Amino acid sequence: MRAPVSTAIAIATGLLVLLGAFLPVPVLLPVRQILLSWTIPVAATAGLIAILNLLSVHWRKLNSARERDYYSIILLLAFVVTFIAGLLLGPTDPNFQKVVTYIQFPVEASLMGVLTVTLTYASISLFQRKRGWLAVLFTASTLLFLILLSGFLNIPENIPFVKDLLAALNTLPIAGARGILLGIALGSITTGLRILIGADRPYSG
Amino acid sequence: MMVEAIMALALIAVTAGLILLLTLQRNILRSGLRQLPAFDRLRQAIGLAVENGTRIHITLGKAGIASSTSAAGLAGLTTLERIARVSSISDRPPLASSGEGTLTLLSQDTLRAAYRQMNQLELYDPHRGRLTGPTSFSYIAGALPIADGENVSAHLAIGNFGPEIALLMEAGEQQEAFTLAATDSLSAQAALFTSSQETLIGEELFAIPAYLNSGAVYTASLQVQDILRWGVIVVIVAGSILKLLGVV
Repeated sequence: MRAPVSTAIAIATGLLVLLGAFLPVPVLLPVRQILLSWTIPVAATAGLIAILNLLSVHWRKLNSARERDYYSIILLLAFVVTFIAGLLLGPTDPNFQKVVTYIQFPVEASLMGVLTVTLTYASISLFQRKRGWLAVLFTASTLLFLILLSGFLNIPENIPFVKDLLAALNTLPIAGARGILLGIALGSITTGLRILIGADRPYSG
Repeated sequence: MMVEAIMALALIAVTAGLILLLTLQRNILRSGLRQLPAFDRLRQAIGLAVENGTRIHITLGKAGIASSTSAAGLAGLTTLERIARVSSISDRPPLASSGEGTLTLLSQDTLRAAYRQMNQLELYDPHRGRLTGPTSFSYIAGALPIADGENVSAHLAIGNFGPEIALLMEAGEQQEAFTLAATDSLSAQAALFTSSQETLIGEELFAIPAYLNSGAVYTASLQVQDILRWGVIVVIVAGSILKLLGVV
């Protein structure tokens, strides 16, 4: 068996947290609390290591003779400036937060703008990429709900039949979303259980 | 409350038991996996990448292991391991990117485990499991250069994303790379349907390891998922009938 110690720890931890979530046994509750509280420092440490990995990747890109990427220097400089400012001023300092958000928010808003254009272009060229009834259904439902949600059809809403029809149409996305979410929930359960029984190990130990 | 908890635990125990039973007794349910064109194209893309010496990029999303949406990322990790094994002979081994620390470490560990099992640990490079950014947009912005600078012929987005993942898929498309996406996020699914060549809807995300022949447990898990789905359908239909009859 691959990594028996790690697997045993993972299974035991998973079972304790699961039982603690369902059964109000006094012994299990504090154990569950402790185990869950450990996830915060573990996730924070993982985040720190991953950021070091990000810097290391860009440092290597900058020094690579074959695939040199000069944009990496922007990332490294931005990190150093933010890190030093954060150390000197503290992360809760209003001036520090202003500088970060005044740069980060406009950049993210620009990306959101690019995303809008990208999705519009992708929707127009959908039939080049995908053919078949699913693409037709997707386009028809997108157009239908764009019209419905625009409020354009609110005027004839007082007519009894139209009102019922609009109400019925508006329940369709909810029903569809619930169907998809149920499927995802079932998949999540089986994925979690594979890890809980040690059949799937996303760690090497 | 106690009855509900016991019922939930019983359901979990039965599901786990079924997965184990179907894994050990593979001939109980012989129904093969239904044909899905997306997986045929995925296998073809993996084969082509190995032959051409190009890279496969797997992006795992931004949901950490402690979050409630981590299952999608875990499905991505299993896919990563399978692809790392299949393409270990390739000149350019697969690359994994993610937008969260624990997922990055797990992707590195998954790659390392795959190479160790293939007795090719010397080929493992921790830089092939990358954090591209710690926030939703920085993650995508950091992943975009991979699309045009690392000789990638296939982009697989398997995990929890926001609609911004469409930017990466579109960038891959512009480089004429194969793009496949599977996510548990409804808004991202809608965006990906228009921007990726192949989009897996809903629970198809969790079928990827089974379709890539990752092992009997994944096929068994998929079959249990189907059994559970039929159970849910029966409960919903029965509940509706009882409601109509005024019993509940």
